[in-house]
Amino acid sequence: MRRFFGLLSGDARSDRVVPPSGTTSHLTLFVAAAMGFLAVFALALAMTADRVADRWSDAQSQSATLRISGDAEQREARTAAVLDILGETPGIASSRPLTAEEQAALLAPWLGDDLPLGDLPLPQLIEVIAERPGYDTDALQQRLNDEVPGAVLDDHSGWRAPIVDAARGLRRLGVISLLLITGTMAATVTLAARATLAANAQVIEVLRLVGAEDRFVAGAFVRRLTVRALVGSGAGMVLGVLAVLLLPPGGETQGFLTEIGFGGLGWLAPLAVPVVTAVVAFVATGVAARQKLAEFS
Amino acid sequence: MIELEQVGFDYGGGALFGDVSLSLPAGSFHFLTGPSGSGKTTFLKLCYGALNPTKGRILAFGDDVAAATRDDMATLRRRIGVVHQDCRFLDHLPVADNIALPLTVSGRDLAQEQQNLTDLLGWVGLSERADAYPAELSGGERQRAALARAVILSPDVIIADEPTGNIDWDMSQRLLRLLVDLNSMGKTVLIASHDMSLIRAAKSEVQARVLRISNKQVQLAGADL
Repeated sequence: MRRFFGLLSGDARSDRVVPPSGTTSHLTLFVAAAMGFLAVFALALAMTADRVADRWSDAQSQSATLRISGDAEQREARTAAVLDILGETPGIASSRPLTAEEQAALLAPWLGDDLPLGDLPLPQLIEVIAERPGYDTDALQQRLNDEVPGAVLDDHSGWRAPIVDAARGLRRLGVISLLLITGTMAATVTLAARATLAANAQVIEVLRLVGAEDRFVAGAFVRRLTVRALVGSGAGMVLGVLAVLLLPPGGETQGFLTEIGFGGLGWLAPLAVPVVTAVVAFVATGVAARQKLAEFS
Repeated sequence: MIELEQVGFDYGGGALFGDVSLSLPAGSFHFLTGPSGSGKTTFLKLCYGALNPTKGRILAFGDDVAAATRDDMATLRRRIGVVHQDCRFLDHLPVADNIALPLTVSGRDLAQEQQNLTDLLGWVGLSERADAYPAELSGGERQRAALARAVILSPDVIIADEPTGNIDWDMSQRLLRLLVDLNSMGKTVLIASHDMSLIRAAKSEVQARVLRISNKQVQLAGADL
């Protein structure tokens, strides 16, 4: 690590012995910028998917809904019985029947605001909040079946699990994309280093003939390409963060696509992109330089 | 200083040298002669470690060159100054920076060495050309700049490959005098040249010996000049 930072701190003398930049160096800058930009998006995707997966698997796993059917009198009696049972069940933090207004609000997106819900035989819904580690779902459902016919427990697992799986899948894709971007960057820098070293074979030969050690020669080339990758990736990172910031906000319509971005300290994560790129470029160029220098006496 | 023990070298298409044994003692002055293609440049490369012999061994300052690590070889190159026939400059650097290149690669403080560099530029007559680029120099200026670069680290041995090959007689004499000056300072000098008139002219300047490449051998060519 000391060597890495020592290299970045610069050595103007060794820099001067390498001829001014050629096309390869400019292409390295462009590719690093493009990869930095894409890495920010992959990072945003992975971190958003992570947040969604956590939220759905954690927060929603603590809530369940009890649905009580029957006519008005039956619903009232069964609701009281169910609340008694829930009060006796270990692992349940709280339970309460939803008000008529709350139930109407739940149906409003599908049925509208002006439907006379009081005339419909709607089931009574009871919100159940579990403690950690929670209650025995199967045992509770079994007791409800025995004692309160028409009471159905829905712990949301049926529709929550696919969402959580999808979010985790997206997170994996984001991570794989980051790995591919890193690998592509390493391959690109290696090719650029080989091309630059090959183009400067005469320079290397002269340096060796006047007594330059391999570390001096390699340092000059490694530093140039590493700094170029760092600068390019840094510029790409800044553009990527700006692009994420400019994504349209979701407003009240919360969904995965409108949530893509970073949250809180997550906004610091893109700073790692140019650093990782520089380390990758440092290692890749160093390996390429050592291999190339072995060809010179 | 530099010793060859039963050295042979094979390019792959046959032996260039068969069984060469000789020594270049400290403070000696040698010319190496032979027809074109006889292997003068190859012999010099063997002496400064750019090539390894296919047989025998070469000792430089008492150490086997073939056993040297790459860093050892870099150190060896700082003790042997080489003037190449084509000079081998870095074209993007001005003359002063090219001459200072051995200082640069060896990590010397260039600010402290500035006076040495100025003196050296004056010694080879290039004070006014310090900021010129190699492509702007004449043949003689290039050779003198190459000589300055070869000696800036005050090496123990100076090897020159046809240093007067592309320059006129007066400039050849001037270059020869610089090499003689170095020899008088105790440096070992080995010059490859096919220019017999230059070798004869050196007779009045220095006690030089002539090595001749012939029949895959490098032999001392008779008495001192």
